[in-house]
Formats: sequence, structure tokens, C-alpha cells
Amino acid sequence: MTTAELLSFDDALAAYDPALGLEVHVELNTNTKMFCGCPATFGGEPNTQTCPTCLGLPGSMPVVNGKAVESAIRIGLALNCEIAEWCRFARKNYFYPDMPKNFQTSQYDEPIAFEGWTDVEVPGENGVETFRIEIERAHMEEDTGKSLHVGGATGRIHGAEYSLVDYNRAGIPLIEIVTKPIMGTREKAPAVARAYVAHLRELILGLGVSDVRMEQGSLRCDVNLSLAPTGSGQLGTRTETKNVNSLRSVERAARYEIGRHAAILAAGGSILQETRHWHEDTGITTSGREKSDAEDYRYFPEPDLVPVAPSREWVEELRGSLPEPPRERRARLQADWGFSDLEMRDTVGAGALGLVEETIAAGASPQAARKWWLSELARRANEQNTEISALPITPADVARIQALVDDGSINDKLARQVFDGVLAGEGTPDEVVAARRLAIVSDEGALGEAVDRAIEANPDVAEKIRDGKVAAAGALIGAVMKEMRGQADAGRVRELILERLS
Amino acid sequence: MNTLITRSASDLATALGAGETTSVEITQAFLDRIAAVDADVHAFLHVDAEGALAAARDSDERRATGDIRSRLDGVPVAVKDVLATEGLPTTCGSKILEGWIPPYDATVVRRLRQAGLPILGKTNMDEFAMGSSTEHSAYGPTRNPWDLDRIPGGSGGGSAAAVAAFMAPLAIGTDTGGSIRQPGAVTGTVGVKPTYGGISRYGLVAMANSLDQAGPVTRTVLDAALLHEIVGGHDPLDSTSIDQPVPLVAESAYSGVTGDLAGLRVGVVAELGGEGYQAGVQQRFDEAVELLVKAGAEIVQVSCPNFVHALAAYYLIMPSEASSNLARFDAMRYGLRVLPEGVEAPSAEEVMRATRDAGFGDEVKRRIILGTYALSSGYYDAYYGQAQKVRTLISRDFERAFEQADVLVSPTAPTTAFRLGEKLDDPLAMYLNDIATIPANLAGVPGLSVPAGLAPEDDLPVGFQVLAPALADDRLYRVGAALETLLEQQWGGPLLDPDKLDKAVAR
Repeated sequence: MTTAELLSFDDALAAYDPALGLEVHVELNTNTKMFCGCPATFGGEPNTQTCPTCLGLPGSMPVVNGKAVESAIRIGLALNCEIAEWCRFARKNYFYPDMPKNFQTSQYDEPIAFEGWTDVEVPGENGVETFRIEIERAHMEEDTGKSLHVGGATGRIHGAEYSLVDYNRAGIPLIEIVTKPIMGTREKAPAVARAYVAHLRELILGLGVSDVRMEQGSLRCDVNLSLAPTGSGQLGTRTETKNVNSLRSVERAARYEIGRHAAILAAGGSILQETRHWHEDTGITTSGREKSDAEDYRYFPEPDLVPVAPSREWVEELRGSLPEPPRERRARLQADWGFSDLEMRDTVGAGALGLVEETIAAGASPQAARKWWLSELARRANEQNTEISALPITPADVARIQALVDDGSINDKLARQVFDGVLAGEGTPDEVVAARRLAIVSDEGALGEAVDRAIEANPDVAEKIRDGKVAAAGALIGAVMKEMRGQADAGRVRELILERLS
Repeated sequence: MNTLITRSASDLATALGAGETTSVEITQAFLDRIAAVDADVHAFLHVDAEGALAAARDSDERRATGDIRSRLDGVPVAVKDVLATEGLPTTCGSKILEGWIPPYDATVVRRLRQAGLPILGKTNMDEFAMGSSTEHSAYGPTRNPWDLDRIPGGSGGGSAAAVAAFMAPLAIGTDTGGSIRQPGAVTGTVGVKPTYGGISRYGLVAMANSLDQAGPVTRTVLDAALLHEIVGGHDPLDSTSIDQPVPLVAESAYSGVTGDLAGLRVGVVAELGGEGYQAGVQQRFDEAVELLVKAGAEIVQVSCPNFVHALAAYYLIMPSEASSNLARFDAMRYGLRVLPEGVEAPSAEEVMRATRDAGFGDEVKRRIILGTYALSSGYYDAYYGQAQKVRTLISRDFERAFEQADVLVSPTAPTTAFRLGEKLDDPLAMYLNDIATIPANLAGVPGLSVPAGLAPEDDLPVGFQVLAPALADDRLYRVGAALETLLEQQWGGPLLDPDKLDKAVAR
């Protein structure tokens, strides 16, 4: 379907109510895999992080990673879920070459966490609107291997000459978080979807249990969407859009499916319950495999594992050690720092909240910390197409640079050169200042001589200043700064000029 | 024939300790016996003469320096081909695993190696342990050393026949519904299914994970206990293994040899006997019970009313788990790969289909279909769910029975060994062989089969089963050893005598 066959977003919403359902898979950052001792790190040479268990060799058996259970419980608690007193793993049976056992060890009707909620904020014309997202469940499972289709034009299975499978990912612990149908969001549905995923990312990052990098697949989102006639309160037939791997795509995919569903329904058609694939480049979804409730995974309890029964004492201990929830934390920090709503939103949006916080803790003022991270460093991260947190500079470095500015050792312009040096790996801010000779010259003798030379070289300007045209001093300051290669305190230069010409 | 091979493992261990013989000499004697008779019996799928002799030499060298790893150090053992052995083929009796050499050892195998037992080879079995006759092996049946036209039981017919025919003093079997005990019964050997979780399943290619249990196959109860102690105990690689010390089974076997069972309450299970049981089997069982009375045991009649549903429950749970376990055999990573005929560029799915079609035998396909059906949505509650309820009821029957008795007893199998081919086309008749052994697997309790003599009508071995509560494996050995002692006093020696075996084997 081309975009021309979509109903416009406004028309779609006039006739239909969208209902969202979001399924988010989070790869945990445990040292080892869910059911074996293989390293769970990302990016190793293919098939080097495997063993009989994660390859599903005959006779091999799983053993539950206790750290993964702990992470699952912490995620559940952070989402205000109940934590099961007793739950089991189950086998989800289906054939696929990247699944070593041809069943996935997952959880079915006994998830570790269930019945939770979390509040998501969406900015709108009338300020921030809060939506309560109900969480149906969060369960533990293992990731599959990764297929690489070689020889086709598209990198997809159709048309490929052959396929390779990398089992390094097989068995990495996953937590699948499933919402209940999210109703009543109307035109904000796409924005709510995006805000929910962003919120989840922040929440999980705060827990420290996953890197939640969408571009690396450690957070993956499936967007379920259905439409029902406006005001009916019903749920229509849903589609499940997979491969939605950025926040922006979550929003776009939801928006696209609303338009597509609406066009089909408006033309008297019916929605096929199916899996759809999101195409980042073209911004459309295409049909995947047909999916119906008749698809039968033949779940049954995993007989090779004993039930997981977290003690209530342990759960309460974990609850007690949860970090402050993001919303409360933001409110507290905003008040402490005196940021405006806009400043706060930009800071959060840039993923710089923690960095700014640490920079302030290292001694910088809130405004200075915000300024460096959101202007200078955000720009560089953008240029390098990376996350701001991935830049090779620490909050302590940023605080130190600001301290150098505050004590007059450098100015803002020189500070930028210090950032260059630190980011280029030239050392600490102090080492960069020394190596690049960036310290401001405060030697009065050298400055005075430079000022004298500037006055001598520009007699007409000096004359104007003597006549009271103080604004003309700028030209002389510029000349001095040029001679001093920028490493002079411009305020002091101005004072010296005015002293001599008054 | 070298007389070393007729001695029990315990005797051989004593001889090794006294310096009367060497592990190399013993191992070579069994390898010679295999070479002489296994063409007729076909107990082995793979014989590892080189590896066994190397391990034997190592054992002898260690012994010379005083480094003795276990009571059975230097005594060779055969291993059922369902356990992964690093560097040795492991087929599970199936074409689909032909040529697969595991890169790792099952925990049981690792413990055998660490304890210094040379591994003679891998024994034949029904494909993926599915059967009661070893006729479902893709590599041809094993024959019963008592009568080569008869079955050696199954699925562990290879291990039982190897021990019965003096090709190995010890073997490891696995028992999902009776695959150690029923072959033990029909070959006149001792077989023990320990408490579920008593011996690690890591590396045991699963048929039904919640039922499978490895255990010893031997000619004497004491040998079984010694082997049990070597392979038993907690394994962190198997979450279902019990984190407790192995019951004192060898000590119990030694105490049982006195033949004194004073104060022991023995429960005869009403549902496991009588109708459907061969007359001679019942007769030898009844006589054995009388012997226990003479040894001082008190006999109580117990009823386990839900046992009548055991077979039905078993044939839902076992195939359900098996259908999922066997899904991994898809030609993508190891084992057989068959390309579909007449397809130019077959897809992965087409290769999977062709491989599974060619690689699995009929009985395996039957159980995959049964299990897939039983787990399907809409049928799950009626089949798998109901079967699990029956399982709970059977466990309760055991609990109640064990309030009245310390051990329960029954014939191990309803008949003596039947003829090859006799039940091959009648799966239900085949399944009935396990009617007395299945309840123990469903409840996870331990069971032992010890020879009770020959049935008068066919002169074939009869097995006597002893069942104990979970974790009380030691009781099996006490009762088994006592009965063995008393019966051998009557017989004037062990039931298994090389001269009494089928002529083809005895030569």
C-alpha cells in the first residue's frame, strides 16, 4: 500500500479510536546468558560465545541465571507489578533455524511480574499530559540466534543464496514487557507510544539492568495497533508491527498503521490479523506472516527447570534498593537546579540528565553543566552520530573545564579547545590546557606591552577613545587578543586600555 | 573363556586391590568376550577398545602409585548410547544422529571417567529410548542372551544384554518408564532406577525430562550400589538434581547380604499382579515374597487404585515432552541432513522435513505426533493437564502406601522375554510391558529389579521389583541384596551362568 491509499490522520481519528499495545523486549546486561555460563556481551566473532546448552546440543540442560531473575524482579517492581511467589518457565514450541532447540524457553501463564502500571508524560498544547499505562506482564525468556541472509539484494531471506546463523545471541536474557490495551489516547496515540518506550528506556537505564540501546537491539519494540469506531469502546482486529527500532519509528509506525487501518475500514474492508514489518527508510509497514490466535506454540512447563520462587524478603529488599522513579527524580532535580520546564525537557530529551547531575555533583553550577552538555557536547555527539553518553569525556572533566573558566584560567572560547583535546584523547582538561598552552596570559607585563603596541599601531583609534568614544576600545582589544592568540582575559585588556587612554 | 569375565565388579575390584590382576587384563578379557559373542547378541553400537585400554593402562599406572580414584577404579563399564560421550559417537539408536560425536561428556560419563572406569563402548537401545524390546533401534535389534530369538527388553536392551552375556561387568542404563528395570527382569540382571534427581541428567539425551533417570545395570545388587555411588549426587548443571548426599546404598547392600529383614514392612501392591501377569512370573514373585517373610519381613497388602491410570497418563506426558525435545533434530547444526528429492534449492523448512522424515523411525514419529496433539491448544487441558492430575494422584497413592509399608514389591514385568517381532505391530501390547514400572517414574520414586528365578513354563528370567519412597534408595539395596542372597542359596549360585545361556552366546 502506498501512502496515497492511507486515510489522513485527522480523518482516521474522526472515525476511529486507536488502541495501542506495546511489547518491549529488553536484553539484560548480565555477565552471562540466561541458562548457561557463556558471556552475554554484544559483538563477539560469530559463534564464539556458545556452549552445548545455548547451542541446544542433545543432552544439554539449562540452569537459571539468578542475576537475570533479580533484574526481572527489579524491572517488575519499577513498573509497580506484583511479583510472583512461584512461577515457572515454559517452552514455546516452533521451528526456526536461529532457535537451537526449536523451542524458546520463556514464560507463559506464570510470568515473574504482572499487573503493574507506569505513568507517561506527553507534552501538548496545554502543558504536559499524563497517561497511565497498565502493564499486563513482564516475563523472562531467552533470545534467539541471529540469521544473516547472504546473496540477495535486500539482505532478507527472500532471494538470498544462503543463510548463516550466529548463536552468540542465543540465550541472552530477555525481559518482555507487555502493556494492556492502551485506550483513549486519541490523536496522541503515536506520541504516547513513543513516550512510553522513552520512559521505559529511562526507567531501565536507571535500574542499570540493560544498556537499552535500540540501535543495537538491546531494546526492541513491537507495536500492536487496532481501530474501533469512535466512542464504541471496543477493540478492533490488531496488527503487530515488528522491527521498530528507534523512538521516532515507534511514533511513525503507530501513525502509519492508524492511517492504513482507517483506509481499509473506511472502504468497508477488514483488518487481517498479522505481523507487519516496519521499514525505516520508506516509513511504511508491509505484511509479514499471517498470525492468528490459531497459531499454536504448544506451551508447557519446562521440565528441565525447577520453579522460581523468590522469597518475599528478597523482593522487599529489592524494592527497598530501587532507584528513585524517573518522574520524581526529574521533579526533584528541576527544583534543585532551578531549571525551566523547557530546559528540563531538553536535558531529559538529550539523555543528559544523569550526566548533568554528575557534573553538578563534581562542582559545576547547574546552568554551566547544562550549557556544556546540551550545546557543545550534544552537537559533537550529533556530528559523530552517537549517544551523548558515549562521548569519551566524563562529567568530572566537564566540571573541571568549567572550574578553569570560573577561576579565569581559560575563557569559553578556550574551553571549547579543551573539549576538543579531551575528546581527542589528549588527556585530562589540565593536561590539555598545558599541552596546548591554552591558559590565559595574566602576566601584567606582557599584557601591558601588548596594549602599548596596539595603541601605538592604531593612533586614530586611541584618539577616539581619548575623546570619550569608549566603544572604540573594541578594536584595540581585538588587536591585543589577536596578538595574544586569544589567551588573554578580554576584560582585563579593556581595563588596561582605558587606564592608559583616560 | 577367561573366567575373569564371570566375576562381579566388586570381586574384580578386590582382585585389583590385591594385585591379582590388572585393569588392562580385565578390560581386554571383556573386549575379547565382546569380539566373540556380540555379533550374535548385538548389545553394542560402538566399541571403544582403544579408549578403554588406554583408560585401563592409566588406572593400572595410577594404582601403582597409590592414586586410586574409587572402589571401582579399573573395572570397565558399558554406557547406553543415550548419554553424551566426548569423542565417542552418540546415536540414541537413531539414524538422525548417525555420525554425531558430542563435544562434551554427560555428567554421569564424566564421573565414570574421573572414577577410573574404562568405558568399553556404547550400548544399543530403542530409538531415543522409545520401546520395550530394543527392536526400535535404527541399527538393528539386540538379542536376549538367554534365547537369541527373544528380545532383551527395552529400551536399554543393549546394556542389560551386555551385562547378562558377560560382555561387561557393569553398565549404565536410563529408565523413563522401565527401561532399566524391565530389561533387567527379562535378562536376569539387576537394574536400578534411582530417585528422580538422584543422578544428574546433564548429557542424557532427553526423551521425557520429568521421567528420565539414569541408573546402574549389573549382575549383583552390591555392584549396582557401588556404581550408583560413583555416578550419583548433586550436579549444578542439572537444576532438577537433588542437593543432598547420595543415600548410603553400598552400606545397605552389604547389610542386606545377611539376609535379615526383621521388622521390615513389605507392601504387595494389589494392582501390580494377578490378571495379565504370566503364571510363572506370578509364581516366582509369590515365592520370593515367601522368602522375604522367612527373612523376617512383615507382609502387608496395599492398594494403589490410581495405578490403573498410570499407563494412560504416561503415554500423554512422555510423548508431549518428547515431541518438544526432538524438535531440535532439524539438520541445521549436527547429525543427519537429507535434501528433498527433486527440489533444486530447498528451503530450510524443506530440508528439516526431509531429514526428519528419513531420520526418525515409526515409533518416534508416532510419539511426536501423539505429543504434538496432546499439547495443542484446545486439547492441552483434556490430555496433558489431565495426565498431570493423574500423576499427582499416583504420587498420593505412593504416599499412602508408604505409610503402611517401608517398601513396595511387584513383578517387574508382566511376562518373560517375548519373541522378536511378536509385538512389533501392536504398540499397545508393547506398551503394556511397562505397566508395573511406570508408576515409579510418574512419582519420581526409586525402583530396583532383581532376578527372581526362571519361569517354569519357559525357563526364562523373571524380575522382582522393589519400590521405595523418594530419597530412600538405600532400602531397595537392602531388600534386593537380601533376596538375592536367599535365592542364590536356593539356586546354589547366581542365576546367570555362562553355561546356561543360549549356545550361541555360551560358546
